[in-house]
Amino acid sequence: MELTSLNISETRNLLTSKQASAEELVRAHLAKIEGRDKEVRAYLSLSPGRALEQAKRIDRKIAAGEPLPPLAGVPTAVKDVILTKGNPTTCASKILENYKAPYDATAVERLEAAGACLLGKTNCDEFAMGSSTENSGFFTTRNPVDLERVPGGSSGGSGAAVAANMATVALGSDTGGSIRQPAAFCGVVGMMGTYGRVSRYGLVAFASSLDHIGPFGRSVRDVALVLQTIAGRDPMDSTSADVPVPNYEAELDRDVRGLKVGVPKEYFKGLNPEIGDNIQKAIDLFSKLGCKIESITLPHTDYAISCYYIICTAEASSNLERYDGVRYGFRSPEYDGLRDMYRKTRDHGFGAEVKRRIMLGTYVLSSGYYDAYYLKAQKVRTLIARDFVEAFDDVDVIVVPTSPIPPFKLGEKLDDPLQMYLADIYTVNASLAGIPGISVPCGKMRSEPHLPVGMQLFARHFDETRLLQAAHAFEKAGGFAV
Amino acid sequence: MALTEKDVKHVADLAHLELTENEVSKFLPQLDSILEYMQKLNELDTTNVEPMAQVTYPAAENPALRADAPHPTFTQEEALSNAPEPGADCFKVPQVIEKE
Repeated sequence: MELTSLNISETRNLLTSKQASAEELVRAHLAKIEGRDKEVRAYLSLSPGRALEQAKRIDRKIAAGEPLPPLAGVPTAVKDVILTKGNPTTCASKILENYKAPYDATAVERLEAAGACLLGKTNCDEFAMGSSTENSGFFTTRNPVDLERVPGGSSGGSGAAVAANMATVALGSDTGGSIRQPAAFCGVVGMMGTYGRVSRYGLVAFASSLDHIGPFGRSVRDVALVLQTIAGRDPMDSTSADVPVPNYEAELDRDVRGLKVGVPKEYFKGLNPEIGDNIQKAIDLFSKLGCKIESITLPHTDYAISCYYIICTAEASSNLERYDGVRYGFRSPEYDGLRDMYRKTRDHGFGAEVKRRIMLGTYVLSSGYYDAYYLKAQKVRTLIARDFVEAFDDVDVIVVPTSPIPPFKLGEKLDDPLQMYLADIYTVNASLAGIPGISVPCGKMRSEPHLPVGMQLFARHFDETRLLQAAHAFEKAGGFAV
Repeated sequence: MALTEKDVKHVADLAHLELTENEVSKFLPQLDSILEYMQKLNELDTTNVEPMAQVTYPAAENPALRADAPHPTFTQEEALSNAPEPGADCFKVPQVIEKE
């Protein structure tokens, strides 16, 4: 039996029927990584000791006939912007190359308490800034479906690890699409919950009003299971919402007949026509499932990239001021005085994209430009959020493409940051509005049938239940291969 | 081009970044084109629009603050464990006050 291609419930059945032990399962994944990750390069570091210790704990429970926690033995990868105690947590940045996390992120703590086995930490764009994982300070991850192409980003390592069966599920972080876009590029499921749904304690801050932790999986059910494990109020994160967490998995199979599905016209211009065709087939499938398709408008969609890149760089410039070579991380070996130490440390420690964003953010917050850029963007953010509130008066979920383009070639967009930013057009809107979004596979490119297409669904604040139901109904009806 | 080399150097200074001349000349056109693209927002009249100050959904009660009670936190050793230059149980930094 192929131990690395199982989903969570198959994993559970395997363990409870004693066809394999949790230790064998973890070892099978480590062996898979040993072979496949030489070319994919999804992992920055591995934690076999930690994973095997947890696996043995699970195996002892099985031997003793004790009840198993919901994610018992599930091989899991974690993006390297999320703290795992005692392990390296580098944010794919030279500035944190030797940093070892002094505590576990709440999401990690909850996953391990639920029985998950942490295989290692995955590569990403440095400090989650990018859409291709090419901005990693260490190396580039390749898309397992086509090694000449990017896996997307910034959580490209997590998407690639799940797609290549080097983990069953993974955690990523999503600030402007960093889970959903790599999920689309790698052909897996990726989800960002409502802002505040999942605690961000232990997520290294990039843009605090936009940052989320969320799951990757190969099925909607696996993503639902991970989300319900990590979601919920955490006293250590004051932005985590005190809203009850439903049992998403138990609600998955509810009938979607009568569900109102909105299709915003603004998301269907300027995209690759083959992607548009697949999304249209997906809409037809929702119609066949008994959903009511409605044309809607989100009039401020085109302003989202400007708005997003002003706000996220402003917040990043402030959040990244902490990397000064004093308390943790890299310190430049040569300097002349304190201020020079800061400057040299930061210049040598940060990569080009991080510097570019710090520069942009500093500029839009600086005296004389604050009102024209930052304040203006915060006002436009209100308009973008209002578009969604008004749309959700009429519909329950919204269906759009995840990315206007298929996975692109390595290096193709590296020298043109604005082009790279513009590719985020379909994901940043939901981030600005704080609503939940999920990306699921939606067939392949017609002209290059190995390249996956991603479809995205949005729902109202805290309506993850309905979002997952719609995505699951789509999956069950064969939509992943539409 | 609206942005000047002087602006780039000024902003780098504010951000505590020491950019090389190479970086300055590379970033200048890139930042300029991004900032120009951002001007798109000026197409919108936002006179009576409130800036979005809070992303958190409009919940009735969100007891965001936890009780201000003491609880165990890092030991000094843990807090210093990642320091690039610890010394005398502190974070060492270059001298900042001139000796008399």
